[in-house]
Amino acid sequence: MSIFVDKEIKLLVQGITGREGKFHTRQCIEYGTQVVAGVTPGKGGQAMDNVPVFNTVQEAVHETGANCSMIFVPPAFAANAIMEAVDGDVDVIVAITEGIPILDMMRVKNYLDGKKARLIGPNCPGIITPGQCKIGIMPGAIHQPGGPIGVVSRSGTLTYEVVYQLTMKGIGQSTCLGIGGDPVTGTDFIDCLKAFNEDSETKGIVLVGEIGGTAEEEAAAYIAEKVSKPVVGFVAGLSAPPGRRMGHAGAIVSGSSGTAQSKIAVMKEAGIHICDNLGRFGDFCAGVF
Amino acid sequence: MKIHEYQAKELFRNHHIPVPEGNVAVSPDDACALAEKLGGFPVVVKAQIHAGGRGKGGGVKLARSLDEVQSAATAILGRPLVTPQTGPQGKKVRKLLVEQGLDIDQELYFSIIPDRSTAKIMIIASRAGGMDIEEVAAKDPDKIIRVLINPLTGIEPGHCKEIAAGLNLPDSLAGDFSTLVENLYGLFIETDCSLLEINPLVITAQETLVALDAKVEIDDNALFRQKDILKFRDTDEEDPLEVEASKYNLNYINLDGNIGNMVNGAGLAMATMDLIKSTGAEPANFLDVGGGADEEMVENGFRIILNDANVKGVLINIFGGILRCDVLAEGVVQAARKTGINVPVVIRLQGTNVEKGREILAASGLNLITAEDLNDAAGKITEIVGK
Repeated sequence: MSIFVDKEIKLLVQGITGREGKFHTRQCIEYGTQVVAGVTPGKGGQAMDNVPVFNTVQEAVHETGANCSMIFVPPAFAANAIMEAVDGDVDVIVAITEGIPILDMMRVKNYLDGKKARLIGPNCPGIITPGQCKIGIMPGAIHQPGGPIGVVSRSGTLTYEVVYQLTMKGIGQSTCLGIGGDPVTGTDFIDCLKAFNEDSETKGIVLVGEIGGTAEEEAAAYIAEKVSKPVVGFVAGLSAPPGRRMGHAGAIVSGSSGTAQSKIAVMKEAGIHICDNLGRFGDFCAGVF
Repeated sequence: MKIHEYQAKELFRNHHIPVPEGNVAVSPDDACALAEKLGGFPVVVKAQIHAGGRGKGGGVKLARSLDEVQSAATAILGRPLVTPQTGPQGKKVRKLLVEQGLDIDQELYFSIIPDRSTAKIMIIASRAGGMDIEEVAAKDPDKIIRVLINPLTGIEPGHCKEIAAGLNLPDSLAGDFSTLVENLYGLFIETDCSLLEINPLVITAQETLVALDAKVEIDDNALFRQKDILKFRDTDEEDPLEVEASKYNLNYINLDGNIGNMVNGAGLAMATMDLIKSTGAEPANFLDVGGGADEEMVENGFRIILNDANVKGVLINIFGGILRCDVLAEGVVQAARKTGINVPVVIRLQGTNVEKGREILAASGLNLITAEDLNDAAGKITEIVGK
């Protein structure tokens, strides 16, 4: 089992003919993901390697039965690309694009209301169910298939670090996903926690947060009330100065809110096992799980 | 991106939002000439820096004569202004806003922000104008009115009425207030604001609404479509190393510590800073070279860190995903050859092409300390700090 995606996923890639889109599509195919279509307006009829390219998502879905989209469209056009995927009737949309204006994402988030599509991201590394499919830009080789740990994070490379240390300890993963470093994202921590809690293969959960916003606090409240599986937490940004945007658009301490210290305190209170030394994350998890 | 108050007020004027008459001055004589043109006293002389709390730091002065304008401008210009938001070293004042003083009846608070948890646009208003809104929120939360607007449908008359009612505004101002709120919302959307704050928004003795202050920040992600706003960027207000880094699209923040660091990915960069702090040192910077970095970016990033006089050691932590370890290694070697390295450098590489990266570093003959993993890296930083 896994959450949100498995080997049955039929992937289409929006922005498949761009430099990044091309590179990562190939990596996904190499990992075993079924990539059935690409979409680039104006390039319909062409092919990227053996993947047919269409002008619109609707066409691609109609012709290939794609049910998931991965988006590499540049920031200026990304919001429209996401909404096109929503209208195209896919189940899961993974938006990799970094740098989408917040107003655009707020429109997208409201547009998603009442629609069936699940959006993961934007500004995220994507989602991987090790051994089954990789939809994103993470290095596939560091993952270990078969569970039992689900990993959810707001970050990219920090997730790789965490996963790598799990794998080094022989601890496999059910599904790993990044929900994105932007202030407004599609899927949130709670959606993932709920899914991991219901997934029979997942026996424990790793939650990686960072400064800014209240997502970790909301996750902690949900865990205290609804999650029966052990949760290991890590929060980046203890040393971050207030008022500065730390790389991720969403990683900013405003006044006294959104600090790593306050998040960690709330998470500890909710019974989450907080690891405070990233260098020993693997050991720490081996102890808890 | 932050802009100055006088620039924000220029945007306000363009969007038919009433502001006091005034203009920007760069010298005391300039300020006097502007005050004379305003044709009446008092006038207000306001320091223009990218930080709030200017009044508390003595950066806002009321002047009742040209002499007072002269002395106020002389006192403020060219000196560092220390406010609760600048840090103890303050910020040097290079510009003044000289404005007509108003006969104020009442001070209100008004702001618009994107609310991340609801994905709606939030208008915040309060009758406690002129005060720090976080203070009001803590002491008297009932005094704060919050209205959420769906960005897909936009602002509606009902929103304006709700805020006016919450502020207890007289009926005679209802029409003007609605127009004001709609214009502010329009400005917020059109210029991709990430913050629009008026504190205070005043009701004058003549029963008019005027934005006495104006604070506007623009969403950095939207600057590509805000070319007109880009001209407002004032690099004098930014850290020189950060200005240098921005030329190479590097995500760099200068901090006060002694251990420089270069990392790929924002989350890992923050976690690396935390790791440095846990060894007893302090991070000298935040630097995310990003996933798409090339040799040149790495080289420039490394050079900028080494240019920071406070740096006593450097930790490079790369988890190669998109950014390959060999590309990173080439950049580091190039920068080290050009600038030379006079402090210990610990490098931890993992991920894509790690072996190739390590070979390049080893073959370079440079005095670099390699770390096996993060824990090892932390230990090596501790050794450097202990020396």
